[in-house]
Amino acid sequence: MANADVIVIQGSNMAEAHPVGFQWVMEAKRRGAKVFHIDPRFTRTSAVADAYLPIRAGTDIALLGAVVNYILSNELDFREYVLAYTNAATIVSDDFVDAEDADGIFSGFDPATASYVQDSWQYAGHERDSGSGLTAGERETAAGLRHESHGAPVAHQVRRDETLQHPRCVYQILKRHFARYTPEMVERVCGVPREKFLELARAWTQNSGRERTGCLIYSVGWTQHTVGVQYIRTGAIIQLLLGNMGRPGGGVLALRGHASIQGSTDIPTLFNLLPGYLPMPHHARHPDFDAWVDSIRHPGQKGFWGDARAYAASLLKAYWGDAATEENDFCYGHLPRLTGDHGTYQQVLNMIDGKVKGYFLLGQNPAVGSAHGRAQRLGMANLDWLVVRDLFMIESATFWQRGPEVATGEIVPQECATEVFFLPAASHVEKEGTFTQTQRLLQWREKAVDPPGDARSELWFFYHLGRRLRQKLAGSTLPRDRALLDLTWDYPTHGRHDEPDAEAVLREINGYDTTTGRPLSAFTEARDDGTTAVGCWIYTGVYADGVNQAARRRPGHEQDWVAAEWGWAWPANRRLLYNRASADPQGRPWSERKRYVWWDADLGRWTGHDVPDFELTKPPSYRPPEGATGPAALAGDDPFVMQADGKGWLYAPSGVLDGPLPTHYEPAESPVRNPLYGQQANPTRKMYDHPVNSTNPSPPQQHDQVFPYVFTVSRLTEHHTAGGMSRTVAPLAELQPEMFVEVSPELAELVGLTHLGWAHLISARAAIEARVLVTDRLVPLSVDGRVIHQVWLPYHFGFEGLVTGDSANDLFGITLDPNVLIQESKIGTCDVRPGRRPTGVALGELVQDYRTRAGIVPGVLPPAVTPGVPVEPSGSTGDAEGNR
Amino acid sequence: MGLRDRLLGWPVYRQLTGTDPLGRGAAARSPRSAALTPRTEDADRVARSVCPYCAVGCGQRVFVTDGQVTQIEGDPDSPISRGRLCPKGTASRSLITSPLRQTTVRYRRPYGTEWEDLDLDTALDMIADRVLAAREQTWEDVDAEGRPLNRTLGIASLGGATLDNEENYLIKKLFTAMGALQIENQARI
Repeated sequence: MANADVIVIQGSNMAEAHPVGFQWVMEAKRRGAKVFHIDPRFTRTSAVADAYLPIRAGTDIALLGAVVNYILSNELDFREYVLAYTNAATIVSDDFVDAEDADGIFSGFDPATASYVQDSWQYAGHERDSGSGLTAGERETAAGLRHESHGAPVAHQVRRDETLQHPRCVYQILKRHFARYTPEMVERVCGVPREKFLELARAWTQNSGRERTGCLIYSVGWTQHTVGVQYIRTGAIIQLLLGNMGRPGGGVLALRGHASIQGSTDIPTLFNLLPGYLPMPHHARHPDFDAWVDSIRHPGQKGFWGDARAYAASLLKAYWGDAATEENDFCYGHLPRLTGDHGTYQQVLNMIDGKVKGYFLLGQNPAVGSAHGRAQRLGMANLDWLVVRDLFMIESATFWQRGPEVATGEIVPQECATEVFFLPAASHVEKEGTFTQTQRLLQWREKAVDPPGDARSELWFFYHLGRRLRQKLAGSTLPRDRALLDLTWDYPTHGRHDEPDAEAVLREINGYDTTTGRPLSAFTEARDDGTTAVGCWIYTGVYADGVNQAARRRPGHEQDWVAAEWGWAWPANRRLLYNRASADPQGRPWSERKRYVWWDADLGRWTGHDVPDFELTKPPSYRPPEGATGPAALAGDDPFVMQADGKGWLYAPSGVLDGPLPTHYEPAESPVRNPLYGQQANPTRKMYDHPVNSTNPSPPQQHDQVFPYVFTVSRLTEHHTAGGMSRTVAPLAELQPEMFVEVSPELAELVGLTHLGWAHLISARAAIEARVLVTDRLVPLSVDGRVIHQVWLPYHFGFEGLVTGDSANDLFGITLDPNVLIQESKIGTCDVRPGRRPTGVALGELVQDYRTRAGIVPGVLPPAVTPGVPVEPSGSTGDAEGNR
Repeated sequence: MGLRDRLLGWPVYRQLTGTDPLGRGAAARSPRSAALTPRTEDADRVARSVCPYCAVGCGQRVFVTDGQVTQIEGDPDSPISRGRLCPKGTASRSLITSPLRQTTVRYRRPYGTEWEDLDLDTALDMIADRVLAAREQTWEDVDAEGRPLNRTLGIASLGGATLDNEENYLIKKLFTAMGALQIENQARI
């Protein structure tokens, strides 16, 4: 990042939420980089940026789309890079109809399931290859997440027009799609003055190309939206057009918010994934091992995903050891099967409906940290049992005793049957293991001290729970118990508490030869015949040569700037992904200034500052033979080696469920009618028509002015997420002692709020109170001839800890992005009133009064497709199992 | 003691004549302060760790004396953080030594109005029994068409993202083997 010539930060308050990482932005600035910050609120990040653009929350695609339009209309793309490394020249099917030509909906839309059939989005000649059917099923299982480590399937024998003039080539489609995203439209939609926008567009394009690179930074200000994936897609399109991917000082940097949240995705504790982004099997789509593997590797396609059979077999071998053989498909039959959406929000609604018996919370506090806190608490109050493992007595452990619903009478302790086990957990210094930080870097932590009292690590808890379950089931002949009894579960332990050896687990994650026990060095050594066991194939190499590579700590000042000997990054200790793109098609650095990885013709291999993200000895001139598949099908100038065509995708013919190109939709709750399309919000967004859930009305619905203001939430430097690790810590609690709401002087005047006084905010879900901070960090925005007021809240507060306050997340309803099932919790609408909220029964009555005035009927949600938008039925049939 | 020594013993003189005109360093020293040592100096050991808050991954040095964590500082060797920590990272010693930390098992029985104590071993055993019971009550062998399901929807889990990779690995492995697939994480949120 320090090598960037321009840095654009959007959807992130990096200076306050990732302060120590922000030193690299400042380093780049010292070296001459221009820094831009785009955010609804002026923050410390804005204060040190060269330019700050205030934006209406939820309109980032309109602004970024206008940058795409600026690049294309002025032909400022890095043409040589774009031609060679992206799919700009590829011809798309004649059947494709752009959302621009259909009022905001692409071709292939099925109104019954509110999902797309993607046949018409395919490349010309491959219309029947999409295999998508209706994509409602993919939405249910958040299938988009699988593409974190590899691209979606696509045919690679494609028609191209190297002149980029063909009307149906991706370049021209992109140009037409974003033609209406003009500086004037940015002003109308986003409230960003056009001069400000042009300053950004000029700086971004002038500081990208052969000699210069620009970096784009986002965090959950982008992901927590009903169009979150498309936000990031738009950013990626810009970075591809400008040639900023795979190059030093370039890239799209996701600033993740928790110590090992990247690791929690790589080795997922997610319902739809197995380690290394292998999908959990689906009961209908993956009847047997071969069908499952083929759905991952897509036989006949290019790229490293072609070896998926080896990764899959090796995972099952790691799970079930000697019991897993080639003959029994490596115990594939032991895996539980998905039938649809089993995500955390569906789970909570099922808890309310009495379908879930027991719930484990492992260092997580959904009563404060998840959207719609009341639904979370009502769900937990309707379990048979709940296990909370945490350092502190968090709100999710005491909701039955001290929660807001106890005050309103909705939860009565004497009538609440949930049995609660609180088990104290070990802290980060009381156990050893690895975190994976935001750039895929694994770092091993040494243990400093033993945990106090009954506190134990999760490693201890799950190892011993598993041991006990297996003891209790010993001798069982029930088929369902085989998977537990066959499990390899014999980790060495040490110390007075029999703590399992974390390094032994890391060794299994890395993988080993099942006959010799030798740890594998690279995932290319994984085999599909049972001779290797690999817990997470993308992590193979972290225990190469039997050495814990994540524990390497060669001081930074003794290394070059890449610092390859500090920790270990997946895959293969590569610090910059797709770095083959840092060289031109012939393998030469694009420029001396941006030299990173290049082809050394004398040695006959790739070399450079980093581990090359390419087969080491494959020359730039290599062309695959006819009929080649897998890695062998990648040409010497196909840098995006996990993509099915080796190219960066400006246009996504598959893999994204809500459209091949990003399109501006209004958030699920917005006070503004979509100025670009008849379609108001993402037509494929995931909605839950459960009585506890509701959506505030937006135009063109009636009563859209009942909740006239926009609210957004984010972090304070001094607090962490739901507060369990900060409101309990005295120095941090003292620094930020109270829940507050930031409002502009204009809104304060309008509503009658006084600085340091009280306000309460009301949505269809809840009413919360906060102290008022009147500040010009927020400005009213002029949008389409109207004034839009936005307010900001921290989301860290709850009713436990040293400092307490109402929870901002209580205001949100539950509406999700269709690709990854992440909730829209960066924007909602509300009313703002002076003074404190009512308490007890009157609180519920206030919210009910608003619901009545807004015409909200429990469980009845606004239609996915905005009335009046014409939709042609797709005519296709598929497994339309989507329960919306 | 000569005049020169007495003058040098006077902080104001050192401040006016020495290299520390603001009186915040050498000029302000006294024999007592000169003899002070940081509590990190006599630490029994130093563990190399990583900050548990955001995902930047700042290096930490954890100083331990007599089995107690006495200080947590930024690790200057880290090429990521170069020795720096933010207010949260700096406060992480207070996180692990907070008087609010729970160190014993607590149990709330159904319809109970107060917490009770419970032995850790008993708690683990009770949880194991409840897992098996929930599995038994909600087990699904096959779907309506006879296709395998091998699962229970009666158990759910939601983890934070301060879990180690090794922990997540065992969590997913065990839950998958028991047929519990409703396993989620902060990473979804």
